[in-house]
Amino acid sequence: MVSYQYIPKKISRIQFALISPDEVRKMSATKIITADTYDDDGFPIEMGLMDPRLGVIEPGLKCKTCGRKVDECPGHFGHIDLAMPVIHEGYTKLIKELLQSICRACGRVKLPKERMDLYLGKIRELGDISLHPFQFQTMTDQIRDEAMDSMQCPHPDCGEKCKAISLDKPTTFREEGHKLTPKEIRERLERIPGEQLPLLGINPEVARPEWMILTSLPVPPVTVRPSITLESGDRSEDDLTHKLVDVLRINQRLQENRDSGAPQLIVEDLWELLQYHITTYFDNQTSGIPPARHRSGRPLKTLAQRLKGKEGRFRSNLSGKRVNFSARTVISPDPYISINEVGVPKEIAMELTVPIRVNEFNFEQTKEFVLRGPEVHPGANYIIRPDGQRLRLTDKNKESLLEKVMVGYVVERHLMDGDIVLFNRQPSLHRMSMMAHEVRVMEGKTFRLNLPDCPPYNADFDGDEMNLHCLQGEEARAEAMIIMRVQEHILSPRFGGPVIGALHDHISGSFKLTYKNPMFTKDDAYHILSRTSYKGPLPEPDSVGEDGVKRWGGRTIFSLILPPGLHMEYPSAIFTGDETSRKEDTYVVIEPDDSGRSLLRSGAIDEKSIGAFKGKLLEKIVRDFGTDIGRQFLDDATRLAIATITLIGFSTGIDEEDIPEEAKLRIQETLDDAERKVDDYVKKFNSGYLDPLPGRDLKETLEVEAMKTLGRARDQAGQIASRYLGLGNSAVIMARSGARGSMLNLSQMSGSIGQQAVRGERIQRGYQGRTLPHFKVNDLGAAAKGFVKSCYKKGLTPTEYFFHSMGGREGLVDTAVRTSRSGYMQRRLINALEDLKVLPDLTVRNTSEVIVQFLYGEDGIDPSRSVRSEPFDYDDIIMTAMREVD
Amino acid sequence: MPRFNVMENYLVPKHTILTSKEQEKVLADFNTTPSQLPQIPLIDPCAKAIGAKAGDIIKIERESPTAGTSIYYRLVVAEWSTVDE
Ligand SMILES: [Mg+2]
Ligand SMILES: [Zn+2]
Ligand SMILES: [Zn+2]
Repeated sequence: MVSYQYIPKKISRIQFALISPDEVRKMSATKIITADTYDDDGFPIEMGLMDPRLGVIEPGLKCKTCGRKVDECPGHFGHIDLAMPVIHEGYTKLIKELLQSICRACGRVKLPKERMDLYLGKIRELGDISLHPFQFQTMTDQIRDEAMDSMQCPHPDCGEKCKAISLDKPTTFREEGHKLTPKEIRERLERIPGEQLPLLGINPEVARPEWMILTSLPVPPVTVRPSITLESGDRSEDDLTHKLVDVLRINQRLQENRDSGAPQLIVEDLWELLQYHITTYFDNQTSGIPPARHRSGRPLKTLAQRLKGKEGRFRSNLSGKRVNFSARTVISPDPYISINEVGVPKEIAMELTVPIRVNEFNFEQTKEFVLRGPEVHPGANYIIRPDGQRLRLTDKNKESLLEKVMVGYVVERHLMDGDIVLFNRQPSLHRMSMMAHEVRVMEGKTFRLNLPDCPPYNADFDGDEMNLHCLQGEEARAEAMIIMRVQEHILSPRFGGPVIGALHDHISGSFKLTYKNPMFTKDDAYHILSRTSYKGPLPEPDSVGEDGVKRWGGRTIFSLILPPGLHMEYPSAIFTGDETSRKEDTYVVIEPDDSGRSLLRSGAIDEKSIGAFKGKLLEKIVRDFGTDIGRQFLDDATRLAIATITLIGFSTGIDEEDIPEEAKLRIQETLDDAERKVDDYVKKFNSGYLDPLPGRDLKETLEVEAMKTLGRARDQAGQIASRYLGLGNSAVIMARSGARGSMLNLSQMSGSIGQQAVRGERIQRGYQGRTLPHFKVNDLGAAAKGFVKSCYKKGLTPTEYFFHSMGGREGLVDTAVRTSRSGYMQRRLINALEDLKVLPDLTVRNTSEVIVQFLYGEDGIDPSRSVRSEPFDYDDIIMTAMREVD
Repeated sequence: MPRFNVMENYLVPKHTILTSKEQEKVLADFNTTPSQLPQIPLIDPCAKAIGAKAGDIIKIERESPTAGTSIYYRLVVAEWSTVDE
């Protein structure tokens, strides 16, 4: 094992400078002259791009420069001497500004003597420039502007007229149309006197402007561009090597042609080609030139491409890395595990390990893991000796290694029930995207997740995959347990309510259990309660039938899982506030009996009680009784609901959307009426009798009126249909209780789908003067502009179907556009805020302890501890106080 | 004299210069140094209007939707670091 000595040091400053051709040659291990890489026997050619002095990439060999082996030799640079100078693509903007600020003849900065002295004095006054970078920047910008404005050399001994300089992207400079060669530019930059460089923002101690024109090119070590041997035995070279081969070939040809006195035109062409290859070697996405391509047509990944963008070094390898002790697989639901748990396939549990340090107390226990070995579940994969040596356990060597294990060893045992792991689903947009779970090792190949955990992860089971990270240290596990455990995130910091809560069948189930308080026999009551953590006896029965059968109400059963001493009163989700909802059925009242046990007196437990985002009862229990009891309640409530729904049975079918013939007729009439009304508006519009609405022209008025009329008609159709859709209907139960779907969905199924819109308007696009060839030109009626009269149950006509698809397409495009845009916004926000922290004194500071906020959020309140963004639950406090007065 | 006093605009919160005693207290309360305070440039219209000098600490009392009034401190600096682009 290689041991490195790390000496931590604080970086006090970083200086950026230009590298000089001399420096390039000085640090070079060899000059590269030939474009060939390997000879026929497969050995690297000396002074070629794979010269052994550039470092080692093959195991077993030693470096010719430093004598070290693979992974120890850092690699060494070589260099190419260019036949003709070439412009560095990254400095063209600066080169242009320099050329414009200096005299084309004498090379001095175009400032009169007194101005120059003034500025030089000011810069000297500034002292250490690195302490005032912005001031220096502002000053040199000003100097450059002043120098560039001068039309003639202000130095009396010169007085040369200036010529306009332009830059043809990416690297061609022109002086009043005449092309400047890199050589000419280099000569001009060489003439700038060193003492005048500070005026141009250049530190003469570390840089000369002519170094921006390359005369020698550093060749990166082979470790930077390793060649890979394919299975077929062929060698495949790195893109950078390919590019360097191009550079060398052209460089060689340029040199030969120039030395043999070839025509100027040919030399210039080759020179330009060399410039192209070197430009693309730096950045293959330089605007204005075609990217260099591989033989297959794939653009080459050159220096800039290695660093830039999502797949670049920074975002892909430095800001985010691949990690060990992690697993990824498809998720599937398991309603019988706790929200704090995650089901882990046995195969994964036997691959992920937890390091256990052997001590005298766990000695016997850890030995058992080793004895079981890597192939039996709670076994072990590795043991680590105190000197750091890792020994892989196999079925064969486990007995012999068992002897060795003693205090001080570390045993990497399999993941087991109760271990703390981190569970994550991308995109990780908020802190609830990564939470700590307790492991439950299971059969099967998927991660199992309890359904209330879906909203915070935004997960469903249509093929979603999730990641699991196995924590390796005691401290990490303790920290995860305390601050990252699922139950600590039931209340969201976004709105101060629950993000984790019952959904779908949990809500239908608890609704069925409590709405109108249905009665259950002893068997059924015990059956339902057996799924929960409730351990006590059944209370006194709520009714005894004439046959002597004792029965218990659903509300009584539900009350058993409530923590004691609860006082609450609020309307259920099905509460409408009019005569259709009896208070006894729809208004939740929870109060303690004489012995303090909470009782659900009235109302139905639905989305408003236990649902994710809306569940008031869940919210209050978590807030008042803590996360342990909150989690227990949620686990029990969901299990109770599942037990009820499986006992009673709950299903929905397409006939739930059936409505009587007379209702269909009435809906038809309503819609026909609306269509006629729209036709009237169209007639008025065509004859010019339509009165425009304030602030709108005639066409707009027509559109507004049509939309209004048709919208109203759709609502009326829905209302007529809803009259026949009561709470005896499962689809309606789901919609009204908040389990799934809405009454709008139902009215679109049995009433009318309504107007389709693109960009918030009736459908306008299509052919000239009409949306589809099925309509007359200039038809402005309801059907021709996308009104869908039919309901989903009846089915759409072909034209309606087309309009419906147009509206649907807009929705899809919108979501696609929105996610990418908000993703980028999120990235920028996170990059700006990622290192801010709240200190114990409630100030918000960054890593250098600079204060950003003097009191977190200006009020110092943790939103996840707030009550729907208020610091206290004022109503509850008043209610409690008033009860105490009574 | 400027024709407008920005301090009179209803959107501009109250700015006051701290006395040296108050300065000391603020720095002690937040266990911090002047260099770790948020900055305000000398050329800021509010700093100008109340006649602040480099090195002063300005106390700003802002109306806050969450806290009623929130208090903020900014160190007056001559050189204002801007990042372009
Ligand atoms: Mg999905
Ligand atoms: Zn080496
Ligand atoms: Zn001159």
